[in-house]
Amino acid sequence: MADIAIRNVEKSYGKTAVLHGIDLQIADGEFLVILGPSGCGKSTLLRMIAGLEGISRGEIAIAGRVVNALEPRERGCAMVFQNYALYPHMTVGENIGYALKVAGLPKPERERRVAEIARIVGLEAFLARRPSELSGGQRQRVAMGRAMIREPKVFLFDEPLSNLDAKLRVQMRLEIRRLHQRLQATSVFVTHDQIEAMSLADRIVVMNQGRIEQAGPPRLLYAEPATRFVASFLGAPAMNLLPATIIAKDRARMADGTEIALDPARFIVEIGQAVEIGIRPEDVMIVWPGSEGAHALEVEFTEDMGSSRLLHTRLGGMEFTVLQPAAQIEAEGQLPITIPENAIHLFDLNTGKRLNRQIPVIGTAASAAA
Amino acid sequence: MDRRATFDNLWLAGALVAPQILLVVVFFYWPTMQALYWAFSTQPPFGGTNQWVGWQNFEQIFSDAVYWNSVRVSIVFAILSTALSIGMALLLALMIDRQLAGHKAYRFVYFWPYAIAAPAVGLAFRFIFAPDAGFVSAINQLAPNLWNPALKGWDAMLLIVIANSWKMMAYNFIFFLAALQSIPRSLVEAAAMDGSGVLRRARDIQIPLLAPTLFFLLVINITESFVDSFGIVDITTGGGPARATDLMVFKIYSDGFKGLDYSMAAAQSIVLMLLVIGLTFVQFRYVEKRVHYA
Repeated sequence: MADIAIRNVEKSYGKTAVLHGIDLQIADGEFLVILGPSGCGKSTLLRMIAGLEGISRGEIAIAGRVVNALEPRERGCAMVFQNYALYPHMTVGENIGYALKVAGLPKPERERRVAEIARIVGLEAFLARRPSELSGGQRQRVAMGRAMIREPKVFLFDEPLSNLDAKLRVQMRLEIRRLHQRLQATSVFVTHDQIEAMSLADRIVVMNQGRIEQAGPPRLLYAEPATRFVASFLGAPAMNLLPATIIAKDRARMADGTEIALDPARFIVEIGQAVEIGIRPEDVMIVWPGSEGAHALEVEFTEDMGSSRLLHTRLGGMEFTVLQPAAQIEAEGQLPITIPENAIHLFDLNTGKRLNRQIPVIGTAASAAA
Repeated sequence: MDRRATFDNLWLAGALVAPQILLVVVFFYWPTMQALYWAFSTQPPFGGTNQWVGWQNFEQIFSDAVYWNSVRVSIVFAILSTALSIGMALLLALMIDRQLAGHKAYRFVYFWPYAIAAPAVGLAFRFIFAPDAGFVSAINQLAPNLWNPALKGWDAMLLIVIANSWKMMAYNFIFFLAALQSIPRSLVEAAAMDGSGVLRRARDIQIPLLAPTLFFLLVINITESFVDSFGIVDITTGGGPARATDLMVFKIYSDGFKGLDYSMAAAQSIVLMLLVIGLTFVQFRYVEKRVHYA
């Protein structure tokens, strides 16, 4: 059992505060992904769990034991680094087995365990090589093997896939997922790649500027982003965000006069409130010309992505993207669309907070539409 | 692709390299040639042109027990001062690299000794280690005559070893620190995650990755201790007591300029030069093979 409790943790370098009061519970066996742009403090948080950074205020407990004052080796965590951090002067076998050597295990036992791990990560044939003789994917495997051999209570991943090419990244993502299913160790994975986060996580924590924006299962974050930041960060292509002003309980008007219908049952808004309307590109419905409530979009250009097409258009003078299944007829010139009312996300323009009537629950109409 | 700059105009190319060639010729090859000439000739006692004597000068120095003593003393000095200066520098650099409190001030201070001229170092250490009045005289209060470099050969040797290492340590320190800081931080962190403590990390990760630097410093320190230790010896011990610190380079000076025997001094210089060349060759040939360049 190794749950992690992060209680009101702060980090500052001199006077510069990097993390402002982080509170987070990570359950035993959970795969948690910390997602955020570079400089948001996600790596710092991970390194504080590992014991590589001091904790300025608050406390971190692993398996019920406060670890603030413990050395990294006493915390029972293993870490996979972004650049793998393989020891260049040791062979693959020595790299994987180093932790056991330090722990003072007898050589036969060590060799047996190294061979076993090498088999799991598929490196049996490479044990005598040095890291410089391996490809990026193989180095990644060595790093994974080195983390696994200690049978840690907690796995920490610091953007481990960001140095790999796109194809390998997808493959390693699956392997990490598989590994987690097999070992069931508590894992914390830091990344700035939202697809990685969505595909790996049991739960995602989105961080921005040293604060947690939202934490929850991937589907919830996607369907009900709590802030404008989460909405814009999750999802590719990114959500369309249109500034507008509320003119009635069920209508918002953009700067050029374009009006968008809102479902008054879903949002708490005041007349005259400045908002941003969020619409995911895949939620836009293309309709027949002359349909009721249709908006006419001016298609500027089209990106063909094979399985789908991304239309770059303008709505009310703002950039607006529409994701269209490739099977549909290619759109040119004027494109009539409607926006389903239950697909609209509404955020306060000033605070960036979601303007929902109630705290969202997974499985509501909005998530079904998404 | 050949990226070297090439000159069509050989005259221009020649003119551009001429100053450098001139410097090397005037300050390196000319004196070397002169030394070679002296080494194989001898001056008549009452003036006149040098006479060619072949290997006679060399035969004379190699049959001289005093000369072999200076070789032995030089080797002891080279080993001790290289070990001490490299060891201390490595220790200090490892500590500074950990970024303990005040590391910036120390990093700055540790380089100073190298900026001090050897005779000044010698003078300072002569005072510090003076058996009657220096800081070290305190130990003579406890045990009379325990420390006396003016009488005891090993004390004198220790004195010049410490003085020379103190100076070279500063030089080594900068190289070690630069090399340590070029080791990715994540390697040390990975070792920490693997359960290895500070000393274990230094031994298993940092020092092996310092091997190229260590090798370079080994060559430099041994060479320096053979050819560049004159200033310290001259000021502190003057080669004594009883030739216990009569290093080869100091003997060359005293035979040549005190004894006015240029031929003998020149022959010794040639031997010293060949010895240093030989040592460097051996180090590159055999030690470098064991160095792992990451």
